[in-house]
Amino acid sequence: MREIDASLITDAVCRLSIKANYELPADVKAAIKNCRAEEDWDTACGVLDRIIENFGIAEGESVPICQDTGMACVFLEIGQDVHITGAPLSEAVDEGVRHGYGSGYLRKSVVRDPVRRGNTGDNTPAMLYTEIVPGENIKVTVAPKGFGSENMSAVRMFKPSAGIEGIKSFILETVEAAGPNPCPPMVVGVGIGGTFDKAALLAKKALLRPLDVRNPDPYYADLEREMLARVNSLGIGPQGFGGKTTAIGLNIETMPTHIAGMPCAININCHVTRHCSEVI
Amino acid sequence: MEKHITLPLTEELAKTLRCGDTVYLTGTVYTSRDAGHKRMCEALARGESLPFDPTDATIYYVGPTPAKPGHVIGSAGPTTSGRMDAYAPTMMSVGARGMIGKGARLPEVVEAMKKYSGVYFGAIGGAGALLAKCIKKCDLIAYEDLGAEALRELYVEDFPTVVIIDSEGRNLYETGRAEYLASKKD
Repeated sequence: MREIDASLITDAVCRLSIKANYELPADVKAAIKNCRAEEDWDTACGVLDRIIENFGIAEGESVPICQDTGMACVFLEIGQDVHITGAPLSEAVDEGVRHGYGSGYLRKSVVRDPVRRGNTGDNTPAMLYTEIVPGENIKVTVAPKGFGSENMSAVRMFKPSAGIEGIKSFILETVEAAGPNPCPPMVVGVGIGGTFDKAALLAKKALLRPLDVRNPDPYYADLEREMLARVNSLGIGPQGFGGKTTAIGLNIETMPTHIAGMPCAININCHVTRHCSEVI
Repeated sequence: MEKHITLPLTEELAKTLRCGDTVYLTGTVYTSRDAGHKRMCEALARGESLPFDPTDATIYYVGPTPAKPGHVIGSAGPTTSGRMDAYAPTMMSVGARGMIGKGARLPEVVEAMKKYSGVYFGAIGGAGALLAKCIKKCDLIAYEDLGAEALRELYVEDFPTVVIIDSEGRNLYETGRAEYLASKKD
């Protein structure tokens, strides 16, 4: 049994909230640059050049890449041989968000009630996801999620008879409906299987996987390649002004499901697909 | 076409702008998004005046990040305009003519734009660090309690936009994509 003080989690969440908002992951930067190299539509090239210039400024000057610094989605993989001491876990995480969003000059974008609204003023609470895993470490991932893209996401409960063609149509339909709203080029996270809620979580986790790493199952790896190509033949293009680059990545995560169902969730992200991790 | 214009956006000036034009804006714009628009439209419904003169005004749909010490403003890119569709016709009816944002608009907004000679400018979504460099002055003018959603008066210089929907209702989201797809069929 290893004891880890909750303050270490607070500190990690604080650091990661700031870093994620200032620096895009290397795979996302590379994907945008590769798409720029392959883009052949003038307007689209101009938009992608400015997007590349923007993330360079953000990293160089330590300012947020985007003004929507997101809801702080915090994923904790907690080793089962860890005992967390000190503050209650969710309070420790929120304290990290509070410090990070304050000292990092990040935007406070959370309201305390979904209907009656009212900004909480410190971007808390975090959207906290915990998983118990083997080992005696804690892996902390912070993925700030903007809502221009979150709003264009969708969940559908398919009959198994809809098959792979049902899933394919749903992906294209969702991207089409999103159009220019989620700040394309986008990243498409797809979750298939589980229950209603697990499918949505899989879709969100799909956005955490590096864009240059394919699903380990060759069936889904091929589906990722096929659907990225088909999304990029829609012509929506960067910012919706037309072009080849509608998405810079498409990741699919799956899990077992019930004999009666085939849940599918699609979580849309913008080109500012932010996440970073630390292991305690 | 590439154009450099100076705000306010008069009716005469608005009518010279065409869908697809690259337009660099210089002058005063006002920031507002969801909560600010709701409050302004409620004020108008009560017969009260707005915190700024809406005549020929341009509203930038943005909620910036806080300014770091020594900076005018934090990152300041556009938010999704469709959430302001419920309020935009009302704002245009009292004189506001320009809107800066990103994303699709409802037909009733386009109809109001045709009626009042409105122009919908697009700024690059997710390029807030770059766009902030064109913002030279930022003053909070109302609704401070709304935080990032408070009303601010900005002075911008050569702020880069593209006309997405012009005063005659032409829409770059339709024409740009159609032209690209047509080019692939050749």
